[in-house]
Amino acid sequence: MTDNSQDPSGLHHDEPRFRSDAILPPADTTEPLGLDTESVLVAEHSENAIEMKEVEGLSQGRIIFRRFIRHKGAMISLVVLLFVVGLSFSAEGINALGLHIPGWWKFNYFQINPIVNDTAPTLRLWPFSLGDHPFGQDEVGRDVFAEVMRGIQQSIMIIVVIGLVSTTIGAVIGAVAGYFGGRIDSLLMRTTDMFIIVPLILLAAIVGHYAQGSGSFVLALILGLLLWTSLARLVRGEVLALREREFVEAAKVAGASNTRIMFKHILPNAAGVIIVSATLTMSAAILLEAALSYLQLGVQPPDVSLGSLIGLYQNSFETRPWLFWWTGIFIVIIALTINFIGDGLRDAFDPRQRRILNRKAKAAQTAAREKPATAQPQPTA
Amino acid sequence: MVAFLTRRLLASLLVLLIASYIVYVLTCFSGNPLQDLLQSNARNKDQLIAQRVQYLHLDISPFLRYFLWLGGILSAFTGHFTLGDSINGQPVTAQLGTAAMSTLHLVLTATIVAIVFGVLIGITTALRQYSSYDYGATLLSFLFFSLPSFWLAVMLKQYIAIGFNNFLADPAIATTTIVVLAVISGLVWLAIIGGTLRRRLIVFVISGAATGAVLTALSLTRWFTEPKLGIVVLTLMGVATAFLVTALSSGLENRKALYSALVVVVIGAVLYYPLQYVFEYMNLWIMAVLGLAAVIVGIVVGLLFRGNDKWVSARGAAITAAALGLLMMVDRYMQVWSAYMNASSISGRPIATIGASTPGLSGDFWVAGVDQFTHYLLPTIALMLISLASYSRYARASMLDVMNQDYIRTARSKGLTERTVVMRHAFRNALIPIVTIITLDFGALIGGAIVTENVFSIQGMGNLFQQAINQTDVNTVMGVFLVTGIAAIVFNVIADVVYSSLDPRIRVSA
Repeated sequence: MTDNSQDPSGLHHDEPRFRSDAILPPADTTEPLGLDTESVLVAEHSENAIEMKEVEGLSQGRIIFRRFIRHKGAMISLVVLLFVVGLSFSAEGINALGLHIPGWWKFNYFQINPIVNDTAPTLRLWPFSLGDHPFGQDEVGRDVFAEVMRGIQQSIMIIVVIGLVSTTIGAVIGAVAGYFGGRIDSLLMRTTDMFIIVPLILLAAIVGHYAQGSGSFVLALILGLLLWTSLARLVRGEVLALREREFVEAAKVAGASNTRIMFKHILPNAAGVIIVSATLTMSAAILLEAALSYLQLGVQPPDVSLGSLIGLYQNSFETRPWLFWWTGIFIVIIALTINFIGDGLRDAFDPRQRRILNRKAKAAQTAAREKPATAQPQPTA
Repeated sequence: MVAFLTRRLLASLLVLLIASYIVYVLTCFSGNPLQDLLQSNARNKDQLIAQRVQYLHLDISPFLRYFLWLGGILSAFTGHFTLGDSINGQPVTAQLGTAAMSTLHLVLTATIVAIVFGVLIGITTALRQYSSYDYGATLLSFLFFSLPSFWLAVMLKQYIAIGFNNFLADPAIATTTIVVLAVISGLVWLAIIGGTLRRRLIVFVISGAATGAVLTALSLTRWFTEPKLGIVVLTLMGVATAFLVTALSSGLENRKALYSALVVVVIGAVLYYPLQYVFEYMNLWIMAVLGLAAVIVGIVVGLLFRGNDKWVSARGAAITAAALGLLMMVDRYMQVWSAYMNASSISGRPIATIGASTPGLSGDFWVAGVDQFTHYLLPTIALMLISLASYSRYARASMLDVMNQDYIRTARSKGLTERTVVMRHAFRNALIPIVTIITLDFGALIGGAIVTENVFSIQGMGNLFQQAINQTDVNTVMGVFLVTGIAAIVFNVIADVVYSSLDPRIRVSA
């Protein structure tokens, strides 16, 4: 696409913006300037100094991990996501790859049960009781809870496969294109363009049509083969910057092979971009899968996914709204939590990102801010 | 620049050519175009099959059939351009034309609204970073782009359309609803404006009371059965617009700008009754002429005030004039609302959930406009909310980036007012990356919103494509593919040009 927009940014390897900003005057001399940005910067400067002290002697991975677990939104999301995944796999059991572990829930997603409570949900919050069909039943009596749990399993499986496939392809293609440059680069990037030129959903619809009848795993594989383009570009940009660095030079001098340099020296340094992008691909993938299944181009009956459930029941909204509510809520929960986790990872990997100030630093910042309001700033002439 | 663009275009065309071959072959093998005939019970089944095989050249292998299709395009040079026929024997170009029109209709409004509000929200959240407003907006935007569009669309149909139609049958707002809405509005404004506790309380009380008063008035006058603005409200809104535009663009202390905007509002109010006669004969041309006239009047008024910065006044007055003209049109649309509601084909339930227009409804420009509004309202909201979320994120990130730049610090240290720093130094630069993203998005939009079109049964590009793929209608699929592919290429190039012209640091080189 745009050659100019692929400028190697290398932002993950820059020194933090304020950490190296040594020309800032110490806090007490800023008063004459009296500009609130200055004071804020000073507050952040000292904040960063505190942070520096905190991470002294820790490895890069350790620092990132600490930043990530401090991101409240991401941690809550992780817990919620794990709970949802755990719930779905334990309730309906695992029935794949030759494994047949029954779940704790008494119904499965395809059996037709006698209708209870006029198919309405039997879930009661107070006093808490699940009843026979907590999420209700459809018009022939299938248990919606079982269907939704099976749908979550399928959707999770699909996005994990998509994430793995697309990340691997994207990282390798991006790395090869960025590292070798020249002909190989332009050939690979034109191939990427070819995938980008077609709106994803159109391509997915054509290919999804192929996967019909061969199960949702094949569908996931095929979608993974389509979704790697943005990652390939990101990685390429990153590699373009990294291959000029001294450690690559050193590895070359030491006689390392191209493959070794690419996979041992360069790609680990691009891990931040790759991990963040993979997360965001997965959150896009669940919506793509849902949309495709809704259009009857994705997961096919008798198997169900969250999208196909909504598509299946789209005409019964007026009579049985619960056929929609639970499925939709779970799609939103999964997509939202993955988005938040991706956001947390991005913050953790990006050293330029200023941490949200803790209470002490916040107080210092407010104090600094209010100074110009009380004492009129005098120009230093 | 020209060399660069030519190279880019040629490379993209080559890519498109190869991609089209792959898509063609893939589509051909994805199903059987004779499926419906094979299953039919028609007596002349064999004849129909033979006929279709003949006119779609199904007896030729797809690997070669592609070149027949390509030949149809290339014969554009001899003036016989064709994209082939669809499976029903209609020319693809005709189908594409109508589908593209309704898709554009749908996505254009949604995108424009999303851009305006997305940028607004993004910029304001960036200015009030880490405030409760920022956190709230962040949470909402995450929520919106985690929403599956079809689910959102179905919810809108169920709750907004049917709920609002029920409400219109008896448009009285319950007291509890008014109180709740007033409190919510107070909380939202309090979060947006912020400041000290005292200021927040004042904001809360004022905005809450205002909302409550307006809602009560609307309910008591049964405004929703016969909505109208009238000349008084229109003038008041015009004056408010004048103040707002001046405050944002040049500052209220620039008296000449303020007065010129106000004079425009007075002119508009004087012309209100005469214009009603013109509106009787309204069509698109008159609308364009009137809009242009409004802008020219604004510019002239601004220039007449003279002074050093007369073009600043002219700009403010022109924007005010355009906004006032828009308000007048809204007023006129409202005047036909009750007639529209009581029409036999509407029978009091105006918000439609499917289709693009009411069948069998006849009316002038204004009735047709209202009809389109009621049909496109929900799909537009569904599309808008999702892209609004991402635009607001982009705008926020871009604005934060700019606000940390050295030149902003310089601008502040020069003693410029906060308004000048934000509107002139920060905002304009923050728009540059957003413009490229928006341009690329526009290209993608022409492909249609498959899901939204499907839920609301709008015959656009997305629906056309979906039906074609289900019938293995290769020529139609290729038609849609070609249009979207070319749009993607063209808008990519436009994005490059726009970017390099907005940001002189970027140099494109061949």
